[in-house]
Amino acid sequence: MTVKEVVEKMGLKVFSGEKGLDREVLGGYTSDLLSDVMGHAKEGEIWVSLQTHKNIMAVAGLKDLAAIVLVKGLQPEEDTVAVSNEEGLPILGTDEQCFEFTGKLYALIHN
Amino acid sequence: MVLEYKVEGGDFTQAGNVSSSVKKVLKQLGINPVVIKRVVVALYEAEVNIVAHAYRGVVTATLDDEGIRIVLDDEGPGIASIEQAMVKGYSTASKEVREMGFGAGMGLPNIKDNADEFTITSKVGVGTRLDIYIHYV
Ligand SMILES: Nc1ncnc2c1ncn2[C@@H]1O[C@H](COP(=O)(O)OP(=O)(O)OP(=O)(O)O)[C@@H](O)[C@H]1O
Ligand SMILES: [Mg+2]
Repeated sequence: MTVKEVVEKMGLKVFSGEKGLDREVLGGYTSDLLSDVMGHAKEGEIWVSLQTHKNIMAVAGLKDLAAIVLVKGLQPEEDTVAVSNEEGLPILGTDEQCFEFTGKLYALIHN
Repeated sequence: MVLEYKVEGGDFTQAGNVSSSVKKVLKQLGINPVVIKRVVVALYEAEVNIVAHAYRGVVTATLDDEGIRIVLDDEGPGIASIEQAMVKGYSTASKEVREMGFGAGMGLPNIKDNADEFTITSKVGVGTRLDIYIHYV
């Protein structure tokens, strides 16, 4: 499944990084702790988080994650958006909270 | 090949830049992607520790025929008990730093998990030195 298909099936907002919408999604990882994601997320996963600052792009880029989803209607900061566009690594958004969204994403990816 | 970078303490907008540069070089050299992933995790955590806990530092990455050695030398408060600092979950990060999602106390354990050799030496009031070696295979 591509990031674009996840966006369409889950009705997500695309904040930035449209160039990367054809990236392949291999799984997901939910965490707000950067060193937890650094240590345990895997290439191609969608990262679900509350963090909106620029450092999430460094982590996502270094780990070759497929995309970032911000929950609870949170918006990425301006410099976060700039890096996302430069690197073609999409930042997506949902109004749902972490638990609900992660559950639905899990069901979508694992069916 | 020797690569050298400077890291400024407190400047989170630059955190990860050294890791990105080294990752690019390793990719261009055609290093095994699994090895690159380990280097990236270890280096990122070490780089962010200078930003979060020290005043400034120098990162030297040396590539030889068998692997990559990364030495991170910082000027900073140093670490009083390395044994305690290595415990998963131990952190002295400030509230502001924690709110950004740093300060889980997982950085040093992540480095140890990903490095083949890992030595940390520190002098309180002077600084900290990390010496990491990762083999290409
Ligand atoms: N370069 C350094 N200079 C001074 N103290 C350090 C340095 N690196 C680590 N420490 C000390 O060791 C503790 C543990 O480091 P570690 O990287 O494991 O966790 P953290 O940086 O607090 O949180 P995280 O890495 O999970 O974001 C730090 O909180 C700090 O007290
Ligand atoms: Mg750390």
